[in-house]
Amino acid sequence: MQACALLIDFGSTYTKLRAIDIGARRILGSGQGPSTVTSDIMVGMRAALADLERRLGRLPRFKYRLASSSAAGGLRMVTVGLVRELTAEAARRAALGAGARLVGTYAYRLTRGDVESIIALAPDILLLAGGTDGGNSAVILHNAAALGASALACPLVLAGNRSAADDAVALLGNMEVIVCENVMPEFNQLNIEPARAAIRKVFIDRIVHAKGIDRAQAEFDRVLMPTPAAVLEGVKLLADGCAGVSGLGSLLVVDPGGATTDVHSVASGDPSVAGVIPQGLPEPRVKRTVEGDLGMRHNAAAIVDAVGLERIAADARLAPARALALLEQIGRDLERLPQSAEEMALDQALVRASVKLAVARHCGSVETVFTATGPVTVQHGKDLSNVDAVIGTGGALVHSRDTRAVMEMALADAAEPLSLRPKQPRLLLDREYLLYACGLLGAVEPQAALELALAHLEPIDREVQHEQSLGA
Amino acid sequence: MSAKQKVLVTGVIGSDTHIVGNRILSMALEAAGYKVIALGALTPAGDFIKAAVETAADAIMVSSLYGQGELDCRGFRELCVEAGLDDILLYLGGNLVVGKHDWPEVEQRFLDMGFDRAAPPGTRIETVIGWLAQDFAARDQRPHPLEA
Repeated sequence: MQACALLIDFGSTYTKLRAIDIGARRILGSGQGPSTVTSDIMVGMRAALADLERRLGRLPRFKYRLASSSAAGGLRMVTVGLVRELTAEAARRAALGAGARLVGTYAYRLTRGDVESIIALAPDILLLAGGTDGGNSAVILHNAAALGASALACPLVLAGNRSAADDAVALLGNMEVIVCENVMPEFNQLNIEPARAAIRKVFIDRIVHAKGIDRAQAEFDRVLMPTPAAVLEGVKLLADGCAGVSGLGSLLVVDPGGATTDVHSVASGDPSVAGVIPQGLPEPRVKRTVEGDLGMRHNAAAIVDAVGLERIAADARLAPARALALLEQIGRDLERLPQSAEEMALDQALVRASVKLAVARHCGSVETVFTATGPVTVQHGKDLSNVDAVIGTGGALVHSRDTRAVMEMALADAAEPLSLRPKQPRLLLDREYLLYACGLLGAVEPQAALELALAHLEPIDREVQHEQSLGA
Repeated sequence: MSAKQKVLVTGVIGSDTHIVGNRILSMALEAAGYKVIALGALTPAGDFIKAAVETAADAIMVSSLYGQGELDCRGFRELCVEAGLDDILLYLGGNLVVGKHDWPEVEQRFLDMGFDRAAPPGTRIETVIGWLAQDFAARDQRPHPLEA
């Protein structure tokens, strides 16, 4: 009998389904309904199932029904650390790696105003770090006392100086506290896995219920993780492979979305050139960054602020005044999909700019320092110049009239030799929006998930693009 | 808590790549029972302070071998005070100035900048370890600022 899997993404706009034939490594079909988490999640789920059934004829019996969620505002998190570039940064990376939507990051001692702003942000989880093991405990204890005495009621993951953990738990009073290993146990040593796992567990145990997602429990078996974490798991599986099937090697994935642009990488990021000295906090091999100011709809104006109207307009071959008018139209109607050739040209320019900036911020850079013994090259961040493949995903890329022209913005540019962006990777498109599904299915059937994704990623090269444009 | 292992931050300040002596010093300090946070070469002043804050260090030991020490260390004590490390012990050693100068005059210049000890070229590691023992003993005898 054919074994099938149903993979569900409770998104912020849509409820998306993928039905997979596990044995054949094939997508049976897709279904989509509105996102109705804020009212009754079942409405959107039933609509999506009906849509899927219409496409398939009838629904098969599913062996697995696994879900991820970014609904109801995603997994809203606030992180608190000590020094901004050290434990505060480590805490930020742990939260992003767990698939969170970071709504606030704090460093040093929380003031009364800080605590009030945290309460106003209403996070689902707060991650409290600070101090290396045996290091500074005064600040994390101050912050624990401030949070414990406040009206904040969310679960708190404590991942700071272990010598201060017991006292911090006491000061946090009635808050639900999950204690895990320090995000930075020794100076400049990153240890974000335990905090990531703790956040994931709180998400499954608490947040799924708090957001009302479990009301659709009759239609699925388990919500495994936030959707961004599912994408990251899928990317990791695609890069590393699994027993018996090799992966794509080191990877970079760019996902320009409506509100943010996410970039994931799986690569050591060590210098590719001998003699280059890495500086700063060590980089995680599996890294996710989120650019909150680069979004095709909610942040279209912010993209233009970052790049400049003249350049966006020139790239879209529009007069600046016309580009501005179209931008204002997007601002008035965030759901709007491009209709005219001009709107498509503007969207293309926006997505190109987002991809370029987001990837440049994700990748590291080098600088030359002149010392008494001669020039020395210092590297900040990850060197991704030699990654094997770059994958593009998300509607803005899939619906682009020239995908390659967008993906090329992720590549190294001779005009910016200090930026360590990929030089000659394979370019692949996730046309079927499978990365989250690959991450979910990978939790139970890694080989099938990997082979499914490998079979459906579409190589992008000039020839294919040319044929498509002729056919269109 | 006076038996707590003391934490020392070491590193070579500024655009200075001379790492060998600093590494030997770090190893010797570790052998003497200290917990050493070794930042290595090419370390900006701010990084010493960030590391000391996060690890609650008891002393910062700055090396400078290329003659720019005075420029690189300008305002170092003030940076520490700014970061809440008012009372941290600050040591400095190496080729601290270019050209021939009387050591006592050079030493005084760095003491005036807020360093607790300055070590000229050729200083024995044993001497430095002796200073640390002496300076920490003196500090441990002082009443705690909150209890004073």
